[in-house]
Amino acid sequence: MKKFVIEKGLVLPLDRANVDTDFIIPKQFLKSIKRSGFGVNLFDEHRYLDKGEPDSDNSQRPINPDFVLNLPRYQGCNILLARDNFGCGSSREHAPWALDDYGFRAIIAPSYADIFFNNCFKNGLLPIVMDRDVVDKLFHEVAETEGYQLEIDLQQQLIRKPDGSTLEFSVDGFRKHCLLNGLDDIGLTLEDADDIRAFEENWQQRAPWYFTPAQNHVNPNNQ
Amino acid sequence: MGSKTLYDKIWDAHLVKQRDDGTALIYIDRHLIHEVTSPQAFEGLRLAGRQPWRAGSNLAVPDHNIPTTSDERSLGLAGIKDPVSKIQVKTLDENCKEFNIFELEMNDLRQGIVHVVGPEQGATLPGMTIVCGDSHTSTHGALGALAHGIGTSEVEHVLATQCLMQKKMKNMLVQVNGQLNAGVTAKDVVLAIIGEIGTAGGTGYTIEFAGEAIQSLSIEGRMTVCNMAIEAGARAGLIAVDEKTLEYIKGRPFAPEGELWLRAVEAWKQLVSDADAKFDRVVELDAASIEPQVTWGTSPEMVAPVSGNIPNPAAEVDSIKRANIEQALNYMGLAGGTPIKDIKLDCVFIGSCTNSRIEDLREAAQVVAGNKVADSVELAMVVPGSGLVKKQAEEEGLHRIFIEAGLEWREPGCSMCLAMNADQLGAGKHCASTSNRNFEGRQGFGGRTHLVSPAMAAAAAIHGHFVDIRELNI
Ligand code: SF4
Repeated sequence: MKKFVIEKGLVLPLDRANVDTDFIIPKQFLKSIKRSGFGVNLFDEHRYLDKGEPDSDNSQRPINPDFVLNLPRYQGCNILLARDNFGCGSSREHAPWALDDYGFRAIIAPSYADIFFNNCFKNGLLPIVMDRDVVDKLFHEVAETEGYQLEIDLQQQLIRKPDGSTLEFSVDGFRKHCLLNGLDDIGLTLEDADDIRAFEENWQQRAPWYFTPAQNHVNPNNQ
Repeated sequence: MGSKTLYDKIWDAHLVKQRDDGTALIYIDRHLIHEVTSPQAFEGLRLAGRQPWRAGSNLAVPDHNIPTTSDERSLGLAGIKDPVSKIQVKTLDENCKEFNIFELEMNDLRQGIVHVVGPEQGATLPGMTIVCGDSHTSTHGALGALAHGIGTSEVEHVLATQCLMQKKMKNMLVQVNGQLNAGVTAKDVVLAIIGEIGTAGGTGYTIEFAGEAIQSLSIEGRMTVCNMAIEAGARAGLIAVDEKTLEYIKGRPFAPEGELWLRAVEAWKQLVSDADAKFDRVVELDAASIEPQVTWGTSPEMVAPVSGNIPNPAAEVDSIKRANIEQALNYMGLAGGTPIKDIKLDCVFIGSCTNSRIEDLREAAQVVAGNKVADSVELAMVVPGSGLVKKQAEEEGLHRIFIEAGLEWREPGCSMCLAMNADQLGAGKHCASTSNRNFEGRQGFGGRTHLVSPAMAAAAAIHGHFVDIRELNI
């Protein structure tokens, strides 16, 4: 996983509430068995004028010139400014994969859908929660200033604005530690393997009915 | 020890380790796997040289992108036209073999939608922690299990460690008091709940559904309710264990037997919230006031009773809400103020993990019997939730009722719920669907979804527009 320490960059304003995971990456792209390469299909239904397919040559497709991601002033953006309930919908991780693959490192929004919020951290993306009026103000500032950039300092938990002022944000201590160090969840958990084993033995004694291997349930009537 | 909610009890029983920062390591009893969200997880295991922690806790089944016509299905893998779908299904088969994971393959009679198969096989047991790389895993909460969707990294995490790293949610109680009127189903109850609390209303909570109306639902009806807990923003929905739960589980292939069954039942009887348990939020609804529901927009909370009208955006004072309504109506090609009953349908889909179990099919068949699908309806299809549901329906002759009325009778799978296979709703077409999501493009690019109960979908198929099933003579 990529480390996240300080990220500075151009802000893309996506002025729409309840952006769901189908909006972020339409389902026809979820069929891949890989983890990468989804960036060209980020916001596909809005970014292009035709319907994209996994085997489309995206360089040949008609671009929707009005969609914010396509505006020249936002090219090279890596911080996403969004509205309420961002990422609602599916639990599939393709949404953060697509955002990450496009080049986004952080999202700022008043609220997120739960699963999406968690999935972001697992993929090196930082979802920041900011009060609605602060987000509103940011939308205004971004609209007014071409080339509007923010610097996000995870260690300090600060967003530095172009005028030098700062916004504080909170982040779960554990998530912060993992992002700062680029740590993978599984390795961390396996450090507790002895605890897991001890729990498992005890639980199996108390609730053995949960432990019959699936392979052993063969019901001839169902075959 | 203080009094606990049902959620507290299951959580506490599975707590391996509490970290100082509030995250906890939770032990997972059952992991359900399907073809779409697992390939990258298995890939991750292989790359790291890891093995599943407890292979026997996993149950895999392909469902999302398999074909549902008998012709294609009979050909096995070769019948899957879309190359990407084929690769996913094939990859699941290969991964399960490589890692010694039990799979009900595509043409196994027991195959079906993962959330139908789990309970049906008894692989879903009360008090379990259950996860699956699919947000509608909340379905299994109907049996008093703590079940929720996870992302693909977590699929890999559960495979490798049998644990999930989590923060405890808050407790919400949704209490539906009194009795439902005739013609009002579990689907209407849950749509009404979402209409009430909104699609973000349950964010951060585990919802326990309770009250007389919930208790009086069958287990299958309870699954419909818990299935859509996620549409209310809650990762998990729960319903307390009662006699119906035990009766449902007894004798299923994965259920314990004999002495073990008796011991399990003793333990499962504790799976109710204590009488004085504290919930962080309580929402009460009056069952008698719930009518059959129809969604008119692009979010499940955009829902109205069948006797009502589509809201008029001009009447909405909140500017963000007004813009959302306008955006939705624009996509749906509908005008504010239109009576729900005037919405015309091009397509009807009866299926999905929300409503594809035998009771759903019976409910739909009862409405359809002796009638014909309206000429204006281009496609009406029934997709059973599993091979066993299909078999049962055929034994009861339900398939003949559907076929004679002009509905297509398909093979089990997710089908047009999310249109990952060939079953897609055309652009601009209106579909009465028993599934759970009406997002833009969910059932096909440009498609317009209206979420309803199986009986309401069936009635819409016959009439070509929505009708109040309470006004039909059935
Ligand atoms: S039926 Fe629909 S909601 Fe259910 S698991 Fe399949 S795709 Fe997901």
